Amino acid sequence: MSDSTNILMAGVGGQGVILATFLMSEAAVAAGYDVKQSEVHGMAQRGGSVTSHLRFGEEVFSPVLSEGTVDIILSFEPLEAVRNCHFLKADGLLLYNTARVNPSTVTSGALQYPADVEERIAACAPRSLAIEATKLAEEAGSARSANVVLLGALASLLPIEEKVWDEVLHRELPAKILELNLRAFAAGRAQTEGWER
Amino acid sequence: MKKLLSGNEAIARGAWESGVNVASGYPGTPSTEIMENLSTYEGLYCEWSVNEKVALEVALGATVVGARAFCTMKLVGLNVAADPLFNAVYSGVKGGLVVLTADDPSRHSSQTEQDNRNYARFARLPVLEPANSQEAKDFVAEAFALSESFGTPVLYRTETRLSHSKSLVELGDRVESPEPFVINRDLSYCILPAYTRTRHAEVEARIRAIGDWAESWEGNRAEMRDPEVGIITCGVTYQYVREAAPEASVLKIGMPYPLPRNMIATFASQVKKLYVVEELDPFLEEQIRLMGIPIAGGKDLIPLENELNPRIVAAGLAKAAVTVNTSLLVDTPPPAQDLPPRPPTLCPGCGHRGVFVALNRIKAYVTGDIGCYTLGALPPFSALHSVICMGAGVSMAHGMDKALHEKMPEKAQAPVVGVVGDSTFFHSCIPEVLNTVWNNGTSVLVISDNRTTAMTGGQVTPGQGCALCGQESPHIDIAELLRALKVPRVRKVDPYNLKEVEEALKEEIAAPEASVIIAEAPCVLEFKIKGVPYVVDPEACTGCKRCLRVGCTALSLTAPPEGKDKEVVVIDPAFCTGCSICAQMCRFEAILPGGEN
Repeated sequence: MSDSTNILMAGVGGQGVILATFLMSEAAVAAGYDVKQSEVHGMAQRGGSVTSHLRFGEEVFSPVLSEGTVDIILSFEPLEAVRNCHFLKADGLLLYNTARVNPSTVTSGALQYPADVEERIAACAPRSLAIEATKLAEEAGSARSANVVLLGALASLLPIEEKVWDEVLHRELPAKILELNLRAFAAGRAQTEGWER
Repeated sequence: MKKLLSGNEAIARGAWESGVNVASGYPGTPSTEIMENLSTYEGLYCEWSVNEKVALEVALGATVVGARAFCTMKLVGLNVAADPLFNAVYSGVKGGLVVLTADDPSRHSSQTEQDNRNYARFARLPVLEPANSQEAKDFVAEAFALSESFGTPVLYRTETRLSHSKSLVELGDRVESPEPFVINRDLSYCILPAYTRTRHAEVEARIRAIGDWAESWEGNRAEMRDPEVGIITCGVTYQYVREAAPEASVLKIGMPYPLPRNMIATFASQVKKLYVVEELDPFLEEQIRLMGIPIAGGKDLIPLENELNPRIVAAGLAKAAVTVNTSLLVDTPPPAQDLPPRPPTLCPGCGHRGVFVALNRIKAYVTGDIGCYTLGALPPFSALHSVICMGAGVSMAHGMDKALHEKMPEKAQAPVVGVVGDSTFFHSCIPEVLNTVWNNGTSVLVISDNRTTAMTGGQVTPGQGCALCGQESPHIDIAELLRALKVPRVRKVDPYNLKEVEEALKEEIAAPEASVIIAEAPCVLEFKIKGVPYVVDPEACTGCKRCLRVGCTALSLTAPPEGKDKEVVVIDPAFCTGCSICAQMCRFEAILPGGEN
């Protein structure tokens, strides 16, 4: 319903979109919300575009989001942000990782990655925030945690308490990578100062 | 406590809670995770069967002794299993039998978007369709109860947005499995014409009786709100309807066939205007129209193709001036059309790559099949020219070969090569290869053997020496099997050696007999294969882009180094597995094994 919070995550197969979506859903459940979430697997694993839809609120019906209804897009890659911009509400917020990942159609030399991708994002999303998630993740210990940096940024804008997130991260992440991801999450949280949903 | 489960996880839980004894299936998106999850529960037998027809026969066999059996497959899998499905309706079942079809509106990972609810009406068995994960779990138990009380197989339809979406589920306990099992040597499963003279009439009577029973089944329910507008819907579309037209009265159908006629007539009489909103075919709509009930709008408002969402449903209903949630209809910019697409690709290091690079060089027409190697159809390979169904890669090559070479005895003039994977080979290619041999075919088949069912996430195959639950089983050697089938020419190649693959293809195309080339390379993703990455010498690289033709995402162009005016290639060491295919393409020795300096 219109009172639900609608989030769309977009990225490239292998970037951890599915894990970030899972952690986000578990946090929303732990915070007591009704949650619906949808994603398309299948061919996504092979470096293709991946999106997931996530909604939480009092009562949520559709697991699928409609164009023009998304509160926050969390994009793991700039090009994928542009590809999904039409899902954003007029006053919606777009958070994106600045690190580019060339699609196979670009690495093969057939097509060009849009050089003006940042301007395209600004044009389609009046409220957008660029986050150097990959760089911040490297500083936290591994570039692979860019998904958790972005999740931290998203978390800071949602009505879910920090201690709920902490519980979920401790419960769901393997001990081996927990500390690294807690650092990544905190780094992400710090990126949205002065922003609100 | 409620748990967030995907539809597939909930279905697996439901099957376990229902006391299923035997479960079988073949992997296929979006159904795969059901069997993967179910196999983690204790107290039942689960198997990946070699194909869907086999899976259904296994499940049907279990019901003969009174066991409860569950069988899963994707939409097109039910085409493969259609033969036992239709016949099991005539035989009836002693133990409960639920056959699950996972449909794929919008064809996210399927060839077609056939609406498998139609099988229920065609074969005369009931079909249930849940609308969220809770129902996904609960409807499995409902399906078994229905199956056992009427002695019929039950079809259970899910689809991508149900299977792969998550919502909260209240878990239950496992009920007792039926036991002890008995063998009763009656002839009920023997549907010989002489024994089944009255069976068709019985099947029709049974489906009518189930329709009567459906009148009071709680899975069909009327939600009365505004009496001006009534909407009949089913499955996940119910969720879209609730959001698009929150005020409308809704008849939510949980069993799209057979329909509760009286319930529908009553609902229709309580609302001023009746609409039917459903994804894909007008399956409910046509049945309701045949009841003589006037419908104010159905497929004239709601698209027949592709999956729906709340906005599409709202837009459709708005055309008929139904009050809808207008926030769903805000103007949005159209999706950007000029962006470079990001299709799935063969992974860096994938063993299929060498096969397609070589096939491109010999300019063969390639009859392909279903699996990761289907990606060989996409640029930059464009080296796979037909994909129809599992097994067709073999027999279409044989058919083309027969058609061509009546008039053109030199095979090399018009090379045709079939390409299938190992799991597909076991699924349906054994009779197909036998057919080619039997009919003195001379076609060439490549089995690109990566030792797994890769596209659906790495499920076991008979070539692995183990079964679904990790039990050891005989390792089936493909070459040995082909020799037993009397294939005149069987050879193995290393797909990471382009020259070897190309020469083998040329020789086999020239040979006047049927031949099979097995290209063996375990899946790099599934078996986590990572060698030392290759590196590009920017001085030697001329920027000719020849290596980019191998379609590897570890390779990309980077700005010209100092003193050069052309972009050069660079290899991302995080992705490169050291397979060397790109180095074999390079004419300037610019791509070198890493780790030497």
